[in-house]
Amino acid sequence: MKNRVQTMDFIKKYAMIIVLALVVIFFAIMTQGKIILPQNISNLISQNAYVFILATGMLLCILTGGNIDLSVGSVVCFVGAVGAELMISLHVNVFVTVLIMFALGTLIGAFQAFWIAFVRIPPFIVTLAGMLAFRGLSNVVLDGQTVSIGDKEDFIFLFGGGANCYIPDAFNVEGVNVTCIIVAVLAAIVFILMQIRKRNIRIKKGFDVENPVGFYIKNCAISAVIVAFGLGLAFYKGIPTVLIWLAVVILVYHYITSNTRVGRYFYAVGGNEKATKLSGINTNKVYFLAYTNMGFLAALAGMVTIARLTSAQPSYGQNYEMDAIGSCFIGGASAYGGIGTVPGVIIGATLMGVINLGMSIMGVDQNWQKVVKGMVLLAAVIFDVVSKRGGKLIAE
Amino acid sequence: MAKILLEMRNITKTFPGVKALDNVNFQVEEGEIHALVGENGAGKSTLMNVLSGIYPFGTYDGDIVYDGNVCEFHDIKESERMGIVIIHQELALIPYMTIAENMFLGNERGKSFKINWNETNELAAKYLKMVGLKDSPQTLIKDIGVGKQQLVEIAKALAKNAKLLILDEPTASLNEDDTKALLDLLLSFKAHGLTSIIISHKLNEVAYVADKATILRDGATIETLVKGVDDMSETRIIKGMVGRELSDRFPKRESHIGDVVFEVKNWNVYHPIYNERKVVDDVSINVRKGEIVGISGLMGAGRTELAMSLFGKSYGVDISGELFINGRKVELENAGKAIKNGLAYVTEDRKGNGLILSSSIKINTTIANLDGVSKHGIINKDKEYAVAVEYKNKLSTKCPTVEQNVGNLSGGNQQKVLLAKWMFADPDVLILDEPTRGIDVGAKYEIYCLMNRLVDEGKSVIMISSEMPEILGMCDRIYVMSEGKIVAEMDGKEATQEKIMSHILSVAG
Repeated sequence: MKNRVQTMDFIKKYAMIIVLALVVIFFAIMTQGKIILPQNISNLISQNAYVFILATGMLLCILTGGNIDLSVGSVVCFVGAVGAELMISLHVNVFVTVLIMFALGTLIGAFQAFWIAFVRIPPFIVTLAGMLAFRGLSNVVLDGQTVSIGDKEDFIFLFGGGANCYIPDAFNVEGVNVTCIIVAVLAAIVFILMQIRKRNIRIKKGFDVENPVGFYIKNCAISAVIVAFGLGLAFYKGIPTVLIWLAVVILVYHYITSNTRVGRYFYAVGGNEKATKLSGINTNKVYFLAYTNMGFLAALAGMVTIARLTSAQPSYGQNYEMDAIGSCFIGGASAYGGIGTVPGVIIGATLMGVINLGMSIMGVDQNWQKVVKGMVLLAAVIFDVVSKRGGKLIAE
Repeated sequence: MAKILLEMRNITKTFPGVKALDNVNFQVEEGEIHALVGENGAGKSTLMNVLSGIYPFGTYDGDIVYDGNVCEFHDIKESERMGIVIIHQELALIPYMTIAENMFLGNERGKSFKINWNETNELAAKYLKMVGLKDSPQTLIKDIGVGKQQLVEIAKALAKNAKLLILDEPTASLNEDDTKALLDLLLSFKAHGLTSIIISHKLNEVAYVADKATILRDGATIETLVKGVDDMSETRIIKGMVGRELSDRFPKRESHIGDVVFEVKNWNVYHPIYNERKVVDDVSINVRKGEIVGISGLMGAGRTELAMSLFGKSYGVDISGELFINGRKVELENAGKAIKNGLAYVTEDRKGNGLILSSSIKINTTIANLDGVSKHGIINKDKEYAVAVEYKNKLSTKCPTVEQNVGNLSGGNQQKVLLAKWMFADPDVLILDEPTRGIDVGAKYEIYCLMNRLVDEGKSVIMISSEMPEILGMCDRIYVMSEGKIVAEMDGKEATQEKIMSHILSVAG
C-alpha cells in the first residue's frame, strides 16, 4: 500500500519529465535522429526563447489564482515596435533604447496591474482590453509597416537568435566550441556541489533528507542532461547569446519563487487569499507585482522577438500569450492558483517546443500541429485535476 | 389520534470520525407544528438533511417512513416530489432575479423549453397572496427586505405543493414584527392542514407556535414534549437541551491573572453587504494577562464578526470604537498591524480563512511570521524547516513530514497547524474562534492543554465557543453575547449552562 502511494507520488511529481523524455525518444525515432542534431537543439532555444521568458512571468500571474494575462502578445509587439522606431527613425542609442523598452513594458504592466490589483477588475477583462489596445497601438506606431533593424548589429547580437549570435569560442578548435563544453561541465559540477552541500547541511542539522540513491540518481541525471545539452550546442555554433538571458531569467525567478518572501506570497494568495490577508499580507500588492512583472518580462520578450526576426511588424507576438499560458499548465501549474514552479514551467515550454520542432521536421501540416498542441494542453490539465481528486474522473 | 405523517426510525449518520446522529427516532403527526430543538451541533440540521435527501439513501442507517411508505430519497428532488420541502437558514434566493423567477427556479412553468411567463407570474401572485405578500411577482429580490424574502421562500415551498414544511431557523434574521407575522402564518397554515417542522433556538417562539417539541442532544433524541401534557416552558426545554454532566474533560489549571492587556470600548460594526444591519452593537470587553475569557452565544450572535473586526478590521464596515493594548490606544487598520501589535485570530473556518490547503505544513506554519525566518526578504529555508518541525513536535501534530500538504491532514491536525501558525507569530492575545469545532475528543483535550500552557506563559486567550461545557470548563470569565450585544458577564466559577442560556434567550425573546 505504502509502496503504491509512493509510486503514485513519484509519477505525479515527475510526470511531465517522463512525458518529455518519451516525446523526445518518439521524435528521435520518427525523424531518424534529426531532432537531436546539434542544429536543432540550438534552434529549439532560439525559436522558443520568448516562450520561456513569457511563461516564467505568466507563472506568477497564474499562481495568484489561475489568473492569466492575455495582453502579453500585443505588449511584446508594441514594445518591439517602439524599440525599432526609436533605433531606426529616431536614431536613439541601442542601450538607451533597451532601457526605454524595459521601462515602457513595466509601465504597461503597472497600468494593467493597477486595475486588477486595486480596483479589482477581473484580469481577464483588463488584459483582454490590453490585448486589443496594444495591438492597435503597435499598428499606429509602425504605421502598418515593417521596420527593419537589420543594421543594428549590437542589438541583434545582444538579444540574438540570428545566425551569428553566439558567444565566440576562446579556443578555436575546428568543428567544436570548447568554451561551450567547459561552461556546460562547470555548470553541471557547480549544480551537483550545491545540491550536496545543501544536503549535508540538512543532515548536520538532523533534518529528513531524500534517500541517497534517489538523490544521486536524480542529480546525476540532471547534470548529464546539462552536459549533453552543452555538447549538442558545442557541435553547432556554441552558446546562443539569448541563452544567457534565459538562464538569468530562469535562475532569478526560480530563486524568487522558492526562496524569498515575495515569492511565497504569490503561492499564498493563490492558495487561499482570505487566509493570506488574515496573515497580515497585503494581497493587493501581490497582484500588482505579478502583473507589473509580466509587463517587464514582455518587454524582454519583445527585444528577443525583434532581434530574432531583425525587424518589427504589427503582426508580431500573435498567440504568444497562448504559448505562455499553455506552457504553465502543461508544466504543472494549477488552474486554480497556488501551485506551480519555474522548473515545471520550463519543462512545459520545452515539451511544447519539442512537439513543434519534431512535427515540423516530420513535415506535419501546421494546422495539425495546432490540433496536437491543443490536445496535449487539455490532457495535461485533465491529468492535473483528476489526480488531485484522487483519480476520480467525474466531479461530484 | 391523528395520522402519523412522518416517522424516522433509528437514524444513524456518521461522518469521518464523528457520529452526528445516533439511533434517532422522530415522529410527526399530520397537521401539527413540531419543533426540533437542541444546542449547536446536536444534530438537528443533519437529521433534516437526511430527511430531505441531501444526505442520500445509503449514506445513513435507519428508515424514513413517510405517509405510510418507506422512502429512499436519493436527492432533494425526490423528497420534494413527495411534498417534503425544506427552507434553509441561509436564504437561497438570487438577488437579481424577480420574485416569480426565484419561486419557480428549477420548477419552471411552461412547455418543454419555453417558459410561460404569464402562468409563472399568475401562480406566483397566487402563492404570494397566501403568505400575505402584496409585492408584485416581478419585483427583484434585492429590492425587498429580509422579512419579505423569508415569506418568498415559504411561497416558493408552497408552490412545490408542500405537505410537510421544514423551516430551519426561519426567524434568525427577522425582527420582532416580521417574526410574529411569520409564526402566525404558520399557525394559519396549520389550520388548513399543513404539517411543519420548525428548528429554532428561540424557545419562546417554540412555546408559542409548536404542538410538540423534540429535544436532540449530542446526536440522540432525549425526549418529546407535548403541549398541554408536558411543561413546555423555556426552563424545562433548556434543562433537556443541556442536561449533561461535566466530568474531567478539561485539564486543571491554576490562574495567575495580571493587568488588563487588551480592552475594547464601545465597538460597533455594520454588515458589509446589508449596510444598515448592525452586527456588533456597542460591545465593551477586556482581557487580562494570563486569563482565558470566553464569549458564549448562539451561532449568528455576532461573535465571529466581533473577533474579525477587532483583528485589523477584517470584517464589516463603518467600524467605530476604541482599542487599547496595555493601556495604549491603538488603531489596527489591517491584519498586518494587528499582528504587529500582538494580536492573533485563529479562525473558526480553518479551510476558508485559516489554512492554505494546497501548501505544506511548513509553509502554513510560517506564513503569518515570515519575519521570523527571513532576512532582507530571503527566506532561510533550513531555519523555516526547523521551526516547522519544532511546532510539529510541540503540538504533537501527526504527519509523516512537515512537507506534507495541509489538505491531506485530519481536522484535528489541521487545527494544530493553524494554532502552530499563530503561536509562531508570538502574539500576546490570542482570539480562538471555535478552536475545537469538528475535531475528536482526544484532540480537543490536547488543545485545551495547549490553551493552558499559553496562559501559563503569560499570554491571554479569548475563546469563542458554541459548546457551553467547554466555555464553562476552561474560562476564568465569560461574556455572553446575543444579537450583537454583550448581554452578561460572569465569573467562570459561578456560571452554569442554565444561567448562560437564560441570558441568551431573554434577549432573543
